[in-house]
Amino acid sequence: MRSPHDVVVIGAGVVGAACAYYATLAGLRPAVVDRGPVAGGTTGAGEGNLLVSDKEPGPELDLALLSTRLWRELAATLGDAVEYEPKGGLVVAAHPAGLEPLRRFAAGQAAAGVDCAEVKGDELAALEPHLAPGLAGGFHYPQDAQVQPALAAAHLLRAARARGAEVFLGEEVTAVRTRADGSVLGVTTDRRRLDAPAVVNAAGTWGGELARLAGVDLPVLPRRGFVLVTEPLPRIVRHKVYAADYVADVASGSAALQTSAVVEGTPAGPVLIGASRERVGFDRTLAPEVLRRLAEGAAALFPVLREVTVQRAYRGFRPYLPDHLPAIGADPRVPGLYHACGHEGAGIGLAPATGLLIAGQLTGAAPELDLTPMRPDRFADRHPAEGAR
Amino acid sequence: MPTSPSDRYDLAVVGAGPGGLAAAVTAADHGLTVALVDAGPRPGGQFYRHPAPALGAARPERLHHGWSVFAALTARLRAHTAHHRITHLAGHHVWTAERADGWRLHATTGPGPDDAAVVEAAAVLLATGAYERQLPFPGWTLPGVVTAGGAQAMLKSSLVLPGRRIVLAGSGPLLLAAASSLVTAGAEVPAIVEAADYLGYARGLPVLLGNPAKLAEGAGHGATLLRHGVRLLRGSAVTEAHGTDRVTAVTVARLDRRWRPVPGTERRIACDAVAVGHGLVPQIELATELGAATRATPDGTAALAVDGEQRTSVDGLWAAGETCGVGGADLAVAEGVLAAYAVAGRPAPAGVRRRRDRRRAFAELMAAAHRPGPDWTGWLTPETEVCRCEEVPVRAVREAVAELGARDARSVKLLTRAGMGWCQGRMCGPAVACLAGDGKVGADSRPLACPVPLGQLARRTGPDAD
Repeated sequence: MRSPHDVVVIGAGVVGAACAYYATLAGLRPAVVDRGPVAGGTTGAGEGNLLVSDKEPGPELDLALLSTRLWRELAATLGDAVEYEPKGGLVVAAHPAGLEPLRRFAAGQAAAGVDCAEVKGDELAALEPHLAPGLAGGFHYPQDAQVQPALAAAHLLRAARARGAEVFLGEEVTAVRTRADGSVLGVTTDRRRLDAPAVVNAAGTWGGELARLAGVDLPVLPRRGFVLVTEPLPRIVRHKVYAADYVADVASGSAALQTSAVVEGTPAGPVLIGASRERVGFDRTLAPEVLRRLAEGAAALFPVLREVTVQRAYRGFRPYLPDHLPAIGADPRVPGLYHACGHEGAGIGLAPATGLLIAGQLTGAAPELDLTPMRPDRFADRHPAEGAR
Repeated sequence: MPTSPSDRYDLAVVGAGPGGLAAAVTAADHGLTVALVDAGPRPGGQFYRHPAPALGAARPERLHHGWSVFAALTARLRAHTAHHRITHLAGHHVWTAERADGWRLHATTGPGPDDAAVVEAAAVLLATGAYERQLPFPGWTLPGVVTAGGAQAMLKSSLVLPGRRIVLAGSGPLLLAAASSLVTAGAEVPAIVEAADYLGYARGLPVLLGNPAKLAEGAGHGATLLRHGVRLLRGSAVTEAHGTDRVTAVTVARLDRRWRPVPGTERRIACDAVAVGHGLVPQIELATELGAATRATPDGTAALAVDGEQRTSVDGLWAAGETCGVGGADLAVAEGVLAAYAVAGRPAPAGVRRRRDRRRAFAELMAAAHRPGPDWTGWLTPETEVCRCEEVPVRAVREAVAELGARDARSVKLLTRAGMGWCQGRMCGPAVACLAGDGKVGADSRPLACPVPLGQLARRTGPDAD
């Protein structure tokens, strides 16, 4: 029997959902497989940031700008369902010395197509009335937005299903099958065989494991983060507000604990407080010192938060690659194998662009942007493939 | 006596209910320095909850079984605190247990930024008890519908009844105990509506005969209830509560073996209060966040897995009482004593061990009899609220599962907010897990065991704190 699927997407997080969605838009019939539920991994542990503000000019910013446009299109139909909020970002510097690097950073971004505007210290209160007084100033990024990430994945996947995608949740992929010539034949799960000429690795933090199943090496590693969630509050934080050191932390490769204050409100009321970055493997243990730094940073930006109650905390693991760029596109080592993983903390934002680019490759359409920097085999020299045939 | 965070206790016991009290005094008997860390204002936990002295209750023991055991434990506690062998830290809500050359417990004691405490200890024993399992039904959010344990707690602590004519409903021995207390305090109980058929008990006759005290306790409730003319309706459930401002009546229906309501068997019972509960769920997040192994109990909850000396799978972490599977105060006391001996490195008396084994076997038998049938969801309507904190109806949960790809309580929470509110899923978690349909018994993830003021989280603690 001929396979009913054109592509098997592994992973029902936001990236897998977007890959499936754009594949159906391109006329393909995908199957989506995940060993857990929708948004069971990093997607479900994220804040749902769609950011351009934290990205320096380069391939990731290009991806983010494309995604910004695509999210705006998606919002026309899915906006309310996924709690899309084009609320804008605000990066603040406490001291005048901290403003100069922000200016240089913003100038580069503006040249690459980012909307941003400097906000003087005495203008900050108009944008964020509860910000601590006396901050030196900052930059406003109107393109920054937010979605509720689990809803985003679920509704993208539902839209894909409505267009013919088949979804197999609670099924673990146990093998990626290949022909004698090495090209992809499909996958085997613990319940069935799914045949297709293409397989997309959208397994997030487990993308490295999945790559190994397919016989190639992709060094995806987890970077732990904690988020504090306050009790529901009136809208006291309007933008995504973060301190200037956040950008440096995002780009850093350090294993040591890094925290920088990132504070934002949500439509449901709770304020989300991040962001910490640690390379500790998949250790799930709560770290009070991390929580302390997050709380301290948030209270420094918004003193009023000192009086509120933190209702819960959660942790997640960002999937990252050594150069902090995702792997997107065909893997020349295994014909028919595609990767769409390693988005670190930016997967929600970068998902639509990733899905569109993967769909484009699957159908041979002209790419919207150059995928060379995101080549999945770019680490092959540094990390000889384990188990490659 | 350790007085600052840098001083370390030999043992920190979390929870001052029967198990925690017994563990603390036994450990202190053997010369250990003990911190007894408890959220409540007075020792006793939920079971020995009693009025504040200011209420001037003449005979609080009237509402309690085993009051003499509690009186003896508190007398020993007083003696040990007087000699600084036990430090009783009341009003301390522990939000996390941190590994730090032994343990560092972080607790909140109030809303202010300095209402925080850190307790350091070489070993930790969790006796954090359990909370009630609720299965929603149409009308359960009406005023006058309370939890069975809540009704008993109100009575024990404030001498207040939730109504005059109270229907008890749900499943488990707590219903009988609560009904017995309520009628003793003057309430009318027109019916106890028990979903199980109790046939499960018959299969464990040898275990029953090995626990004469538990049988006598049950018989005691039975005699009280008989005297007050309380009807026990077995194999039945309250499938709807009626009323506008307040509950005025309930519909009771018979259940089939899978707990599906049998059409045509409905009857109405007038009442002004309903006390409901489906047994108890072990409160174990402090341990599971540390990776402690759990086991599925016969009534479908997750409890801590412990060895013969009450050790969890986490080094230096012990557990006693309901955290190891719900089994009542006697069992908790026996386990607390055993754990204390083990922490002190002494061999425990064989009698205590035997008592623990018998009670544990009895608890497992009861649990099996009261496990919710798989089709209880048959009494829900699409509009029935499942999560009361976030006001999430059954319809939304079912849509998340059928349309959006949720498969477990966590993914339902992410997609509907069910379980994201103040109670963190303690009220709706079991029901959501059933509706999500994965049928798996697992511990809920709650990295913070209770809400914590942000100002306290931001506080510097530990050896280098000022």
